[in-house]
Amino acid sequence: MRDPAPANLAAATPSAEDIRQIVAPLTALEGPLLPMLHAIQAEWGHVPQAAVPVLADLLNLGRAEVLGVISFYHDFRDHPAGRQVLKICRAEACQAMGGTGVAAETLARLGVDWHGTTPDGAVTVEPVYCLGLCACGPAAMLDGRLLGRVDADRLLAETGAGA
Amino acid sequence: MKDFIIPQFAPGDERDMGTPARHGPPVCLTIDGVQVTVPEGTSVMRAAMMAEVQIPKLCASDNLEAFGSCRLCVVEIEGRRGTPASCTTPVAEGMVVRTQTDKIRKLRRGVMELYVSDHPLDCLTCAANGDCELQDAAGQVGLRDVRYTPGANHFDVSGQGARSQAEARLRGGHDNPLFIPKDDSNPYFTYDPSKCIVCSRCVRACEEVQGTFALTIEGRGFDSRVAVAGENFLASDCVSCGACVQACPTATLQEKSVAALGTPTRSVITTCAYCGVGCSFKAEMNGDTLVRMVPWKNGKANRGHSCVKGRFAYGYAAHKDRILSPMIRDSIDEPWREVAWDEALAFAARRMHAIQERHGRRSVGVITSSRCTNEETYLVQKLTRAVFGNNNTDTCARVCHSPTGYGLGKTFGTSAGTQDFDSVEQTDVVLIIGANPTDGHPVFASRLKKRLRAGARLIVVDPRRTDIVRSAHVEADHHLPLRPGTNVAVVSAMAHVIVTEGLMDEAYIRDRCDWDEFQHYAEFIADPRHAPEAVEALTGVPAADLRAAARLFATGGNGAIYYGLGVTEHSQGSTTVMAIANLAMLTGNIGRPGVGVNPLRGQNNVQGACDMGSFPHELPGYRHVKLPDVRAIFEAAWGVKIDPEPGLRIPNMLDAAVEGTFKGLYCQGEDILQSDPDTHHVAAGLKAMECVIVHDLFLNETANYAHVFLPGSSFLEKDGTFTNAERRINRVRRVMAPRNGYEDWEVTQMLANALLKETGRAGWHYTHPSQIMDEIAATTPSFAGVSYERLEELGSVQWPCNEAAPQGTPLMHVDGFQAGRGHFMITEYVATDERTGPRFPLLLTTGRILSQYNVGAQTRRTENSIWHDQDVLEIHPHDAEVRGVNEGDWVRLASRAGETTLRAVLTDRVSPGVVYTTFHHPMTQANVVTTDFSDWATNCPEYKVTAVQVSPSNGPSDWQRDYQAQAERSRRVLSAAE
Repeated sequence: MRDPAPANLAAATPSAEDIRQIVAPLTALEGPLLPMLHAIQAEWGHVPQAAVPVLADLLNLGRAEVLGVISFYHDFRDHPAGRQVLKICRAEACQAMGGTGVAAETLARLGVDWHGTTPDGAVTVEPVYCLGLCACGPAAMLDGRLLGRVDADRLLAETGAGA
Repeated sequence: MKDFIIPQFAPGDERDMGTPARHGPPVCLTIDGVQVTVPEGTSVMRAAMMAEVQIPKLCASDNLEAFGSCRLCVVEIEGRRGTPASCTTPVAEGMVVRTQTDKIRKLRRGVMELYVSDHPLDCLTCAANGDCELQDAAGQVGLRDVRYTPGANHFDVSGQGARSQAEARLRGGHDNPLFIPKDDSNPYFTYDPSKCIVCSRCVRACEEVQGTFALTIEGRGFDSRVAVAGENFLASDCVSCGACVQACPTATLQEKSVAALGTPTRSVITTCAYCGVGCSFKAEMNGDTLVRMVPWKNGKANRGHSCVKGRFAYGYAAHKDRILSPMIRDSIDEPWREVAWDEALAFAARRMHAIQERHGRRSVGVITSSRCTNEETYLVQKLTRAVFGNNNTDTCARVCHSPTGYGLGKTFGTSAGTQDFDSVEQTDVVLIIGANPTDGHPVFASRLKKRLRAGARLIVVDPRRTDIVRSAHVEADHHLPLRPGTNVAVVSAMAHVIVTEGLMDEAYIRDRCDWDEFQHYAEFIADPRHAPEAVEALTGVPAADLRAAARLFATGGNGAIYYGLGVTEHSQGSTTVMAIANLAMLTGNIGRPGVGVNPLRGQNNVQGACDMGSFPHELPGYRHVKLPDVRAIFEAAWGVKIDPEPGLRIPNMLDAAVEGTFKGLYCQGEDILQSDPDTHHVAAGLKAMECVIVHDLFLNETANYAHVFLPGSSFLEKDGTFTNAERRINRVRRVMAPRNGYEDWEVTQMLANALLKETGRAGWHYTHPSQIMDEIAATTPSFAGVSYERLEELGSVQWPCNEAAPQGTPLMHVDGFQAGRGHFMITEYVATDERTGPRFPLLLTTGRILSQYNVGAQTRRTENSIWHDQDVLEIHPHDAEVRGVNEGDWVRLASRAGETTLRAVLTDRVSPGVVYTTFHHPMTQANVVTTDFSDWATNCPEYKVTAVQVSPSNGPSDWQRDYQAQAERSRRVLSAAE
């Protein structure tokens, strides 16, 4: 799982030509669709709707097939996220360590629901189902950096949203 | 062994066996104590069904590969752990299967409970009530209770509160974020996600059966739903073939007609009346109301598949424009008068008789319809031969496949395609020339695409980049985008490559063809002037591509050629057909499955209309009217003398009318004004006639020049037979009484009898079309074995069907050519007289689109117009730019013959220098522009090549305005009371 800092957040939606350029080096791969989607998200922070027809045409797939693949993976987003992405684990081990309460408090203090972004665009909060960090639950991940034994205070501090 | 499955059923067996049939050595197993032997590779589910053991299922269907997602078909197998899904488990020797144990019952109920916990229980008000596999399965597994408390679900609008902001935004406006409103954008069916059980049958049907890949499962887990790319079904890639609706086990995808009219209570098997594929359908009825048309799984042409036209576009039969009473008028300036049948027939007979008295026996004629049945066509040509006493009969095949008849007759000895449609499943290289199967012959295209996805190679010769050249999961190895009008040069150049590179099948040629003729041909074709390099400048096809395509065709295994009107509708149409036949013979590709020369027929019964003696020089069975022994057969049967002189072709009739020697016409089910080339000339010819009798469903464009209108019956309202492109004679069955009162053959018989009465002769006395077929069988050797009883017994039969082939003939020329030896013909390229120049620098070519059919008389009167409400002009962006034409602009399209206006679409589907349009709408009248050049051998018009100029315009042309006014005047009807 990776969620690299998007390089191109400032720019608006990429054009079809932009997308073609990003994926051009990947056309020779076997099963190139997923690597292409990763490349687009890495560059733009999300996979825009405009990518669907471009990839379908390039790989000679149905547009629906491309949509099906994108929507299957929760990590592909169709609009840009906040400047930081906070993922809070909701799987069993973290729940047993009070993760549900940590999540609820964090969401409440940030004033967002799951998948929501704070009004200032600083943080997007997403659920994740197991980070493999069960021994250090409740666990979370901020922009790809793992955090163990978290509580709401720490999460807010890490995101710079303060107390 | 090809990995392609044709479901095989005993005739009449319509059970869904769950998974496709397999072919292999026998395997014996025991299911619920029943011993059953099935081919290796068969699923346990199918084996159980064959042993009459029903296993409950939701995601399986025998037209789709097993998927194993619904978990309802689990079974226990002795010696194996767990409870495998029977659909994905292949049989094994000695296997012992149990389908009904306590453990399995419990599992199935548990699964069913989960399904039902997220399904609205509104069965009594559901459109699928009584026709729902979920309902059936619940009954089968004995579901009595759902123990889950209400929770998150997809059906309760007021539901559960947003589980996420993103979700709430996505679903928009509803309290239940999982609830997605019904999509009723498609005119014929609805998609109701709240009823979806996510079995993926629709997605797989769209991919495996139709090959469009328009559907997907969006999301994952509990969130997943069927989705399209685009705002809704109408805006998606969906082509509305209906395969998903048919596959859906619930009411999620449901015909709107069933929702409106209720579940059908009876069904009749009949044949579609659109294109030459000839799909078999079940007309599902409530009383005399047609509720829906469902493709019949045992239909041998379509194998259970359909397209948007046959499946849904039947509404024209009940359209308000249908004329149900006969009408007459003295001159075409007058309004129509509705009269009784007797009066109309007597009026017509009197006029025709008077014309013959005054202008001679040969001053009148008939045009038979490729849309009507064999029996009706036979009667119309009989009418001119036996009643009028001349051979002035022609048919719309004149304007489409007459060169096929000529070209294949000369080379192979039979005027018909050589294969059945199943043959495509054994093809290795497909060569498509001048055909657009995904639009024109969609059900065949689906079968072709399935074979292409399984690995067959594809060569497309077409000026336009049609969808078959590249669409999801299908891509041509070679697309040769030739300049319109250079077919002969391209096909000959392919033959040149094969001969000069020694790629021909010499053993086959020596064995089956005339060797001397071949040597003569080889010498001709090997001449350097036919080399791809030599013709490149002329055809625009890069020589290297052409060479590669020729090599692939010659060396790639079973090579099959499919062609359409892009071959025939040229001044050298017949030459191209012969060049195609040469190519097939050169490479040994005639006489076995997977090969052959296959004309894709445009109309449901164009093959039949040709077979039935519609041509002015041929009696039924393609026998020349000059032959005294052939005439003698019909003279004995009909009790008349037959004129030994061939009659007039359609263009000759019109020429003669303008000259004043042809005065009367009986035209059944064809709109020559809109469909024939050079509309001005057709109009002038019709105007000059004294009696034009139009026999049709609607006041078509030709009827604007008619004096008698006889209302026709639709294919739903009559008995008869159609013969499709694979020579298959299919039954058409009457599912409701004719709204006009009479089946078309009865109308022709009444007209004949009125004419016979006029001259004091005895009348005809057919009481059922089967008697007409018996007469055809008695007089025509290739139909000798055909009768309605035989058709009931076999389902359908491919001619020749006679003593030598009592079961019919799926493949032609198996043990040698019908003509004895195959004849190679010299195919010299001669440029058409239609040339581009400074005034008309572009080449116009014409074609069809999926949702509309020919002149559109039927499809324009259905909801199909939502996809294509006007004809547009496709033009390359370069050509558009230099003319200042933008996307969507009105443009004037002018040729030497005339001009029209329509809207432009900028696309690189056409090459620079080529423009393209369709001819479905009378307002456009694309044929005002086409010229009267025609095939040298058969007069088939050169629709596919017209030199034109395109310029910006701001509205309809003068002709369009005048014509519109004339048509409105001419369509006035006075009711009988006035």
